[in-house]
Amino acid sequence: MEWIEGIDFTPFILSFQLATITTISLFLFTLPLSWYLSQSRSKVKPFIESLVALPIVLPPSVIGFYLLVLFSHNSPVGSFFVETFGVELLFSFSGLVVASCFYSLPFMVQPLQSGFESLNRSMLEASYVSGKGKITTLFRVALPNMKPALLTAIVVTFAHTVGEFGVILMVGGSIPEETKVASVAIYEFVEIMDYKSAHIYSGIMLLISFITLTSLYIFNRRQKEKRYW
Amino acid sequence: MVKINITKKLFGSIGDMELKVDTDINRGEFIALTGESGSGKSTLLRILAGLERANGDITVDGDVWLSKQFFISPQKRRVGFVFQDYALFPNMTTLQNLLYIEKDYDLANYLLNMTQLYELRDRYPQNLSGGQQQRVALARALMLKPKLLLMDEPLSAIDPDMRQHLQSEILALHREFQTTTIMVTHNREEVSRLADRVLTIKYGLIIEDRRNSTI
Repeated sequence: MEWIEGIDFTPFILSFQLATITTISLFLFTLPLSWYLSQSRSKVKPFIESLVALPIVLPPSVIGFYLLVLFSHNSPVGSFFVETFGVELLFSFSGLVVASCFYSLPFMVQPLQSGFESLNRSMLEASYVSGKGKITTLFRVALPNMKPALLTAIVVTFAHTVGEFGVILMVGGSIPEETKVASVAIYEFVEIMDYKSAHIYSGIMLLISFITLTSLYIFNRRQKEKRYW
Repeated sequence: MVKINITKKLFGSIGDMELKVDTDINRGEFIALTGESGSGKSTLLRILAGLERANGDITVDGDVWLSKQFFISPQKRRVGFVFQDYALFPNMTTLQNLLYIEKDYDLANYLLNMTQLYELRDRYPQNLSGGQQQRVALARALMLKPKLLLMDEPLSAIDPDMRQHLQSEILALHREFQTTTIMVTHNREEVSRLADRVLTIKYGLIIEDRRNSTI
């Protein structure tokens, strides 16, 4: 276990911190949006759905570029954050959280939306006619009956944020203990031809990602078996 | 007394039509609503529950539920509704399904005993038979002690023996609670056994309104 002693785990800790905060924020912010999209028959729905799905198809450099412009001091958004909250979004951990929220948006919204859509409509109506409002229905009837979708949204968002690279490099750079997350650290090891460290970091990432996804699929399979018992 | 005078445009499987219902229902009456599928029966129930909008007026015991200016939300109407697919909450046991509606343990236990579900109170819906699920749905609908009980083909998926048994149960519960009830059904036997009055709907219009003489 000698090799493990020389490893700096800070980039991993940063990655997981970023993923945790992003996942929690996205879950809270997009819960109403996903619910709205699942219930709405409005004409603007396809436009909102497209906006949400954009990060899947856009190159990370495009998202990174626009966020860079948006976060800069010259833009109203960037100066608003500095003046109002004293938060610098460019090349900072806070900026990474905001950027990750954009980048991982579809990975949270889409599973939640399809989870809500798969719910038996009359089950929700049964809750409404018994006097329960939308919020009670959401937390006591809707969410508990879509655990696989819920877990998929949370786990995939988390994993996707841990695996984020391009956007982070553009918006956050590579400041040690601030924005240098694991994926960026690997890139730098390769650049300086430190393949040993690159191997160790990549191996750890691969293992964690694989274990996370396997646990998710096993859980979802069990849930399905339970449902169709 | 329930006064209904509503219209609604329907785009059904048999083409566009107008649902037009103008009738009064006395307190405690048991109405069977019959007619071909797609004629607007279920829509009428959903309008009464507030799950769908319509033009016109609905008044229940003097309270306005629907008028030009008013639309009382389904939450405030507090009707009992038995859905065709039962719509039980899969994450809750039989007892929890009832208590979610109203935290009234005495009433829940009473209804569970009446519908012979007491022994099954800790089971989840997916571990109950169709007939048992139907009884949970019925008991759950009565938890609010509703002024109006609406049932959308509640026995359509039940086998004939169980059906008779459940009919007796529905009748017993109706006698006990004296709830004004509207039940959509295709089954003649059900109509003659349960209903005081039979309304037949065709293409959105009531084409027959008769007392049930067999009761």
